[in-house]
Amino acid sequence: MTNHWVDIKNANLVVVMGGNPAEAHPVGFRWAIDAKINNGAKLMVIDPRFTRSAAQADEYVQLRAGTDITFLLGVIHYLITNDKIQHEYVRNYTNASFLVRDDFAFNDGLFSGYNADRRAYDRTSWAYQFDEQGFAKRDPSLTHPRCVWNLLREHVSRYTPDVVENICGTSQERFKVACELIAETSAPDKTMTSLYALGWTEHTVGAQNIRAMAIIQLLLGNMGMPGGGINALRGHTNVQGITDLGIMATALPGYLALPSERAHPDLRTFLSVVTPKLQVQGQVNYWGNYPKFFTSLLKSFYGDKATPENDFGFNWLPKWDRLNDFMYTMSAMEDGKLNGCICQGVNVLAMFPDSNKSIRALSKLKYLVVIDPLDNETSAFWENHGEFNDVNPASIQTEVFRLPSSCFAEEEGSRVNSGRWLQWHWKGADVPGDGRNDTQNIAGIMMAVRRLYEQEGGKAVEPLLNMSWNYANPEQPSPVEVTREMNGRALADLADANGNIVVRKGQQLSGFGQLRDDGTTACGCWIYSGSWTEAGNQMARRDNADPSGLGNTPGWAWAWPLNRRVLYNRASMDPQGNPWDPKRKLLWWNGAVWTGYDVPDFTAAPPGSAVTPFIMQQDGVGGLFAQGKMAEGPFPEHYEPVESPIGTNPLHPNVVVNPAARLMENDTKNLGTPDEFPYVATTYRLTEHFHALTKASKLNAITQPEAFAEISETLAKKVGVKSGDTIQISSKRGVIKVKAAVTKRIKKLRVNGQDVETVGIPIHWGFKGETVKGHMANRLTTAIGDANTQTPEFKAFLVNVKKA
Amino acid sequence: MQINRRQFFKVCSGGMAGTTLAALGFAPGTALAQARQYKLLRAREIRNTCPYCSVGCGLLMYSLGDGAANAKNTIFHIEGDPDHPVSRGALCPKGAGLVDFIHSKDRLQYPEVREPGTNKWKRISWNEALSRIARHIKDDRDANFVEQNAEGVTVNRLPTLSLMACTSITNEVGFLTQKLTRALGLVHVDCIARV
Amino acid sequence: MQVDKHHYVSSATNALTPAPQKYVYQQEVAKLIDTTICIGCKACQVACSEWNDYRPDVGHNVGVYDNPADLGPNAWTVMRYNEVEENGKLQWLIRKDGCMHCEKPGCQIACPVPGAIVQHANGIVDIVQDLCTGCGYCIAGCPFDVPKQNPIDKRVYKCNLCVDRVFAGQAPSCAKTCPTSAIMFGSKADMITRAEKRIAELKSRGFANAGLYDPEGVGGTHVMYVLHHADRPELYSDLPKNPTISPMVRFWKGAFKPLAAVGFIAMFAAAALHYIGVGPVAEDDEEEKKHD
Repeated sequence: MTNHWVDIKNANLVVVMGGNPAEAHPVGFRWAIDAKINNGAKLMVIDPRFTRSAAQADEYVQLRAGTDITFLLGVIHYLITNDKIQHEYVRNYTNASFLVRDDFAFNDGLFSGYNADRRAYDRTSWAYQFDEQGFAKRDPSLTHPRCVWNLLREHVSRYTPDVVENICGTSQERFKVACELIAETSAPDKTMTSLYALGWTEHTVGAQNIRAMAIIQLLLGNMGMPGGGINALRGHTNVQGITDLGIMATALPGYLALPSERAHPDLRTFLSVVTPKLQVQGQVNYWGNYPKFFTSLLKSFYGDKATPENDFGFNWLPKWDRLNDFMYTMSAMEDGKLNGCICQGVNVLAMFPDSNKSIRALSKLKYLVVIDPLDNETSAFWENHGEFNDVNPASIQTEVFRLPSSCFAEEEGSRVNSGRWLQWHWKGADVPGDGRNDTQNIAGIMMAVRRLYEQEGGKAVEPLLNMSWNYANPEQPSPVEVTREMNGRALADLADANGNIVVRKGQQLSGFGQLRDDGTTACGCWIYSGSWTEAGNQMARRDNADPSGLGNTPGWAWAWPLNRRVLYNRASMDPQGNPWDPKRKLLWWNGAVWTGYDVPDFTAAPPGSAVTPFIMQQDGVGGLFAQGKMAEGPFPEHYEPVESPIGTNPLHPNVVVNPAARLMENDTKNLGTPDEFPYVATTYRLTEHFHALTKASKLNAITQPEAFAEISETLAKKVGVKSGDTIQISSKRGVIKVKAAVTKRIKKLRVNGQDVETVGIPIHWGFKGETVKGHMANRLTTAIGDANTQTPEFKAFLVNVKKA
Repeated sequence: MQINRRQFFKVCSGGMAGTTLAALGFAPGTALAQARQYKLLRAREIRNTCPYCSVGCGLLMYSLGDGAANAKNTIFHIEGDPDHPVSRGALCPKGAGLVDFIHSKDRLQYPEVREPGTNKWKRISWNEALSRIARHIKDDRDANFVEQNAEGVTVNRLPTLSLMACTSITNEVGFLTQKLTRALGLVHVDCIARV
Repeated sequence: MQVDKHHYVSSATNALTPAPQKYVYQQEVAKLIDTTICIGCKACQVACSEWNDYRPDVGHNVGVYDNPADLGPNAWTVMRYNEVEENGKLQWLIRKDGCMHCEKPGCQIACPVPGAIVQHANGIVDIVQDLCTGCGYCIAGCPFDVPKQNPIDKRVYKCNLCVDRVFAGQAPSCAKTCPTSAIMFGSKADMITRAEKRIAELKSRGFANAGLYDPEGVGGTHVMYVLHHADRPELYSDLPKNPTISPMVRFWKGAFKPLAAVGFIAMFAAAALHYIGVGPVAEDDEEEKKHD
């Protein structure tokens, strides 16, 4: 979230699209209700299904699953044609005026630079024009034909209301209602907040869905505003933190990159490639500090072993050959290329797409280690559970270990909520039975492997033994030790520009502004710097005072970065420093410094200076045009889901699906077509359950006991079923049997001249737990997904339905 | 946790509970009045955060055992933390049912192994479990670790072992996991941020 | 954790022996359920079950979201879902069902056992299971079909508005946990004030018939609803429009009232029957002796 949960109450319009917070984030949704009751806000829900969020909406607008970009680019078209733009914001705070290279083009569904063999783009042309000094050229009058504003206008000109109706199945009348509501927030003192979740990300065009809304929010001047922003309602409790910490194939903590073998042979080359260059004179380009963040991470990893002479241990880091995200890993596993897998609390079978593929893959492993508090489907993938898991144990040669671990109540530590708040929590009881805490489990594996290497020697001992592990009890590091390590400390006395010592050797750092690139600071996760300072644990703070009335509670827990609650908050004021909305005053200039109710997301530059609010960006502005940062284009474009019910793309029949979608050959073989699988399926969560976890809890099992799928009254009639009947749903990948719930909340749509039915499939059941044994919905889904985020397409695929 | 009638009267006659009783209208009126035993009277209260979604609601966990050495803490009730600025004491059905997650019949109790091709779990000691796992990892790593690629670039990676991390683990466990994976040379590393 | 023991603050009584009138000040409490901001999440169901230590059986899906399917001795509150489509606009009307804590409780009026169903001075109506004989009259007496008999102990159970929590200064479990504040708890006067504000806001959003459900037929209730369509409560899964206590119930209690002593006799008779039918009620006298 650029903003945070309580801030939703400040909105004038809450748009829920690509999410369903009343069900997936019910307590966060209270602030949407609060906005309605106490701020007179309207709530609009745009979704293929009439959800429990929709039941609360002033306006509900239905669209076909997987067509959000068409809808949103249609909105942009409306805003531009009807001049519902926050012009001063767009002119000063976005890249509308920047000139784009002449060789950038978009033709017949493809942007310039496409390589069909690699299914990828050469993104060189998706860039600004630069002058002799290397700075981007601009046309503040916005008249130049190559300026971003005009390219955007031209790009969206195809998305007229009739095109929206044809692709999304949304009537032009309902679409107009949506456009008008959104357009009202172009007034400088009105804001819209966008709440989205996996309903946007879990598509082959997931990241571009969000880009489309980001463009809208910039055009309306809603970024940085209280009650505005782009708010990803993150899923799992610490998905934000684990992402922050880079537990991903090519990442390191703090959104730093793990080096690759091709581009990053040594530290100097690496830093020169990854550190962004300033594109506009006088801007901040805060990521220019990359070398300080990275060197401090290496010092944290390798301690005294990291020296300037050995590139601070750069070469001990593994270098990746290709993007080994979980979708690739599962394919490689299926192909027999992996020997082992450690599943730390991950229920592969229930969570990953195409569970039949997951079973095939896990069966190829030599060893599988499952660290989990629960007996789950993954550790038991070899168990035969009849139709629910029809495998032959004798033929599965995987050795499976399962290690009992702690749950939340049995540990202390920090987790990061969706609003980027690091909240400390405390232990209430011991792990049951002979179980062990998670820290102990990870340390146990580390120490056991190290002991073997110490005893026997072996390959690549240095990377293994040089990784710092300086804990009082290395078998059981304490969370306090580890969190202090992430915050970072001084390894020498640190002086400011005037030579005054500001931090003594050994002291905790108070923020990432103190980081150095010379090895005199160590910091495990630069964005967390300030979370455990010399003043102690900032994440455990419990002052819930709200001095502004805007819900910022700066004394509650600690938000990254630097306890900032609303990102880009300088943009809540005009260039002269006056809040766009005097009633929602977050920050102001007091004559000497920026001050107010939040930590300014800005430098000390006074009002009226040329420094623009988006200080993390190379160009200092919000990007209507994404330069080379997205896999499939600098502007969003409508592409059909890989399994499309209409089998074509009405905008460009030659390029039907995302030309850069993430796909492996194993999966392309298993794609269905509408003649065999005529209905659009979408999978989702219900209020009563959390993914595959709560089926282990009896209280939750009682509230939603059994697997079901939701279908429209028209589809029920067509296939001859009534509510409560058992139906069989099949895709190219598998078959499930569930109860049918026939509902008015799902409707047949008219798309591109044909009827399209939607089948809604909640995901919460399996062959373990307190619930009625059920078929896992992921037997149906495909492991094809988004090329930017490697998120699988769970939200739009093809199935057939019949009475079981 | 149990008090008898006589004790109850004592509490009521002298303490705050008695005034609450009257103020909230618990005075015996036209009919019988009764009060059930309030089950949190001396329960230990521990603050936590909900482990399900990323709203991060505040929890108050109540445990049997007041911290004395001879009482083993066990959580018997959880409700929302009214001080929490986002949740203000509320919990959704998932959070409200957490006590049954903690005490789920599916909680694993001890390390186990399922040997290749067999059809059962076998209980093993922690020492055996960690030793066998470490042996697998070392054999795999020694056999398949790549120190340099074909171009002679130092790559120090182990391409045959993967780690998938949960997203309910704490930052602290996450950081240890990050260090473990890169020390082993893993590049098949991912979390469940996208599912 | 066995905590389900009852501790009485006054002795059993009936019309012959009125309760002591030591306290004269009372504040009526109420729960306000605002169906218009209820998201049907079932947190209230789970919190009720968790706090009151009951677990109904894991049931089945029959094509609707209603689970458990109905109120029961181990399901004191359930959500009821109804899809209503009018003038091309779909509404999903969701109502938390459970005891209404009537000012004139039909269950209590019907109950033949003095002291088995009590009404606290603050309005909470509770069944004292130790005295309940399982005759089932309360079930017939309730115009909302709320009390349910447990087939094992034959006693009748329903929501007690978390009388133990309210006594300790807390809101009922369901109210506290409600994510959107669709369930509020406080004095009845405050709840009516809140309801009026909500109704005004709803009318401004086009719900001309928004209103408060506090039915007169049972003397008003200590659980009230805000409805978008107060003119048609039946849209909310058959919430009765004009709930009243059955004339049959009124008649037999009314006729016998002057002869309240009969109540005593009935109680003893019923207790005797209960003893024969179910067995002795386990009392905690033993425990009390120990503590003395």
